[in-house]
Parts: sequence; structure tokens; C-alpha cells
Amino acid sequence: MTFLVAGKANGEVLKLDEPLSFWGGVDPQTGEITDLRHPQGGLSVKGKVLMMPFGRGSSSGSSVIAEGIRSGSGPAGIIMMEADEIIALGAIVADEIYGKAMPIIVVEKSEYDGYSTGDLVDISEDGVTLS
Amino acid sequence: MTVNLSEFDQSCLDGEEGPAAASAMRVIVRLAETMEASELLDVTSAHIDSCLYHGPAVLDFAKWLEDQGAKVKIPTTLNVSSLDLIHPDLYRGDKNWGAQAKLLMDCYERMGCKPTWTCAPYQLEERPKFGEQVAWAESNAIVFANSVLGARTHRYGDFIDICAAICGRAPAAGLHLDENRKGDILFRVGGLNESLLDRDVLYPVLGHLVGKHAGNGIPVIQGLPDGVSEDRLKALGAAAASSGSVGMFHAVGSTPEAFTTEEAFSGLAPIDVIDVTPEKIILARDQLSTVTDSKIGAVSLGTPHYSVQEIKKLFELFGGESVCLGVNFYVSTGRDVLTEASLRGFVKPLEEAGVTFVTDTCTYITPIMEAVTLPVMTDSAKWAYYAPGNLGVEVIFGAVEDCVASGISGDLCIDNNIWYEG
Repeated sequence: MTFLVAGKANGEVLKLDEPLSFWGGVDPQTGEITDLRHPQGGLSVKGKVLMMPFGRGSSSGSSVIAEGIRSGSGPAGIIMMEADEIIALGAIVADEIYGKAMPIIVVEKSEYDGYSTGDLVDISEDGVTLS
Repeated sequence: MTVNLSEFDQSCLDGEEGPAAASAMRVIVRLAETMEASELLDVTSAHIDSCLYHGPAVLDFAKWLEDQGAKVKIPTTLNVSSLDLIHPDLYRGDKNWGAQAKLLMDCYERMGCKPTWTCAPYQLEERPKFGEQVAWAESNAIVFANSVLGARTHRYGDFIDICAAICGRAPAAGLHLDENRKGDILFRVGGLNESLLDRDVLYPVLGHLVGKHAGNGIPVIQGLPDGVSEDRLKALGAAAASSGSVGMFHAVGSTPEAFTTEEAFSGLAPIDVIDVTPEKIILARDQLSTVTDSKIGAVSLGTPHYSVQEIKKLFELFGGESVCLGVNFYVSTGRDVLTEASLRGFVKPLEEAGVTFVTDTCTYITPIMEAVTLPVMTDSAKWAYYAPGNLGVEVIFGAVEDCVASGISGDLCIDNNIWYEG
């Protein structure tokens, strides 16, 4: 378990079936998944603990993450299996300029597989726990 | 893991190079930690994607740096933004949004970046050489720099690009390092007829397919003709970086770190082998269209920005014909390329034929296109991938030849034979 960005969060898990490009995939003002090709298109990431195995797509994803944190319509936290710099950057910058830390945590596959959409989880310095 | 900092890095962090360098270095070091980099390295150029307006956060960030006195230290180019400064009337979006976007663009220029406003900085005269370490953002530019130029950049997102430009430093990790540049998945192209292998339209389709299967790996593509053109490799890479997270690919016989398949894999075995059959190519092609229709409302070409060669081909395809009344025909390109293509006599006749050139931005990231209810046709897999979500349009993918024929007639004209003929 490694934190890409440290922080605390709790919320309902939304586990994505496929990686999502935040740019072109999420509206940062509402949190809606706008990528119609994505299996979970139409759902909202707002306030969710978002799970995706790894990142995908455009470099602008960092900006969309930061904008979502600023607007309050982004995820509460993100759980991944592989580090993704584009996603991490958005959260690092939001932390630097707004002092708002959205945790991003990378976990082993066995732990990743243990959570499903709808689970209520906490992310703290100790890692992810069911709440 | 701690990052070993050089004296210079530490002096930046300590504020000896000014407050902006301190802030920029802090972001670089935090990113380096997430990448598990053991140190930073020098980079010789940067390409900035952060100049596209997505809302207040990106402007807050740029101002945060500028207010601390930020100036770039290395040659730095700018990616597309939200406005076309050469043809400002094309912008049809919210005035306030446009005004904020302009503030952002001005801010990056004041920090010393060159106002190139293109997603294809590799088409500019000065571009990185083989082996050069750079910090580029914009997914298609990253994949081109790594794969086609043999320069080295990691898959950088927004924000880090300008931080690297301010400090001239980037994490020594990822695609900057030899050990992370070898291929892992082999794509064996086979059974495709020779004439299809020599068509532009194959390459974005192949890229779409490769990206879907490669995820964030490094695909090695075998079975293409030697010396595939830069424009085709551009289309392939852009597509693979949209459907997947590909930051680098090897096309055996075309890209500089893959003279042979063995070289591309550094002598190791691929972790997976995928046979690219004609059936899979057709399936990938069909995934790029959201509808089949008999009419089109618009055409959008130039994602990534069209090169001079591509504009020349467009000029030849039009052959004196004009765009059908009621169809809007857009071509996105860089301002430098537009100047060159104008000098060579391709632009004016195309404009007279009804083609609208869009510079400094792209039709799928900002409100430029007139509202259409009919589908939009494109030769770009990247445009086809993102436009339905961004613009709410239906899209039909086709070869540039199909796009021109359809644009002239207003009816969908697709030459299906090219996919099947022997």
C-alpha cells in the first residue's frame, strides 16, 4: 500500500470496470462520467471513493482532477492498483494551491479485489478500511 | 522512497532560485516520489499542455506561479488552448469562459513560453533529437517524441510540464530510462493486403486497436512496411494514446529503437502476442463510428494538427471541387504549418472551396463547430474517440478520401472496397 497523495476520505465505492480518462471522460463541474463509451458513463464520481486499476488517456486529466477538487464535484479519494502520474499530479497541485488533499492510494490486487461498488470505506493514513 | 536531490535541486527547494522555482521544484519532487524516482535529471525542452482552460483551477495554478515570478529556463512550446487567436471569430462559446482562457494563454506567454499553440510540436522546425531528455505533456506529442523521434519524456500530465520548464529538471523515471523503453506486447500484423497497408486510414484504426489491448504497456508492431511516414505514425500514436495509455510504441522497421523485433524487446520475450487480423481491423474501424447514416452535417480533420503534407493531400483531393452547401468542413492545424501551407499555395484554394482552417486550438476541445444534428465525419481516431463525449455529436470515421467525397456531396460516401480488396 502506497499513497501517491496523502489525505483522508470516506465514502461509497464506485469501482470502474475500465480505466477512465478524466479529460473527455468526466465533467469537473458536476462529476458526471461523460465518456459514453465507458461502461459506467452517466454515473457520477462526486464524493465517491473511485476505484480504477490504472489511468488512461489525455494529459489534461490532471487539470480535470484539480478542477474537480476545487469545485467539490470530484471524487473523495481514488484507489488504484498502479500508480498514475497524470492523476497524481492533479491532486498534488490542488493540495499545493488550495490546501485540499484528495488521497490517492495504490494497493495490491488482492486488496483491490476485496472492495466493490456500494461499499462504504474510509481512507486514512493506515490505508483503506470498510466503515 | 526518498529522491536524491542535486545541489541545484536543493537550492531550488530552499528558495535560492526564487519562490517560483521553489514551488515548481516542490511539485516535481512530489511527483518524483510517486514515480519512485531515485533522482531528477536535466531536460532540454518542455511542451506545455496546462495552457488549455478547463475552469478556474488551471488559471489559479498559472497565476500562483506567475505571481511568484516564474520564468521558463529551457525552450518551451505551448499546446493548443481554447481560442483561435488567428481566427478569433470562430469561437462560439461563453464570453466569460473565452476571456478566462485568454488570461491563461497570456499568463503562459508572459512566463516565456513560445506561442506555438499546437498539439504537434514535432512539426516545428526545432524538435528534440534522438536520445534527448525532454518534458512533454499532451498524450499524442508524448507518444510521438518517444516513439518516432527517440527523444525521452515520461507520460506527463498538466502542471508538471511548466514546473519542469521553470527548473529544467524532471524525475529520472519511467520512459526517461532505458529499462522502461523496451516493448512488452507484440502485435503481429498479418493477412492485410498490400494496398491497405499503404493507406493513411489504416494507421489510426491500428492505433485504436493497439491502445485498447496494450493499456499502459509498450506495444511493438510487427508486419508494417519499413519506413512508415511520420504522419501515419502520428495518427497511430494519437489513437493508441486515446484508447489506451500508450506513451511509447515501437513499429519495427520504422521507429528508431526498433530496427528489429529483438531490439524492440531488448532481446526479451513479449509478455503477450496479439495477431492483428483483417477481421480485428474491421472491428476496430467500426468501433470508431457511433452511427451509420446517409447524410453528414460536418467534417473535422486535423486531430492531431494536420501537417503541411496532409494539407497538400487535402488540396489535391479537392481537385477544384467545393464543400456542399450546408456542410461545415474544418481542418485544425498549427499556425506555423498554416503559414507554410499558405506559402505553398494550398490554403487559399481550400478556403475558397469552403474549408475552414482552425489554428491554435482544435474543434473538439472548444466551441467552434456550428451546431449539427447530422453526424460529423472525421479521419482521426482521437477525434472520433473524444468528440461524442465532449460535443455530444454522432461521429462517422472514414479515410480522408471518404471525408472529402462526403464533404463535397453532403451524402455519406465511404469506399468500403479498400478494406477488402486483394
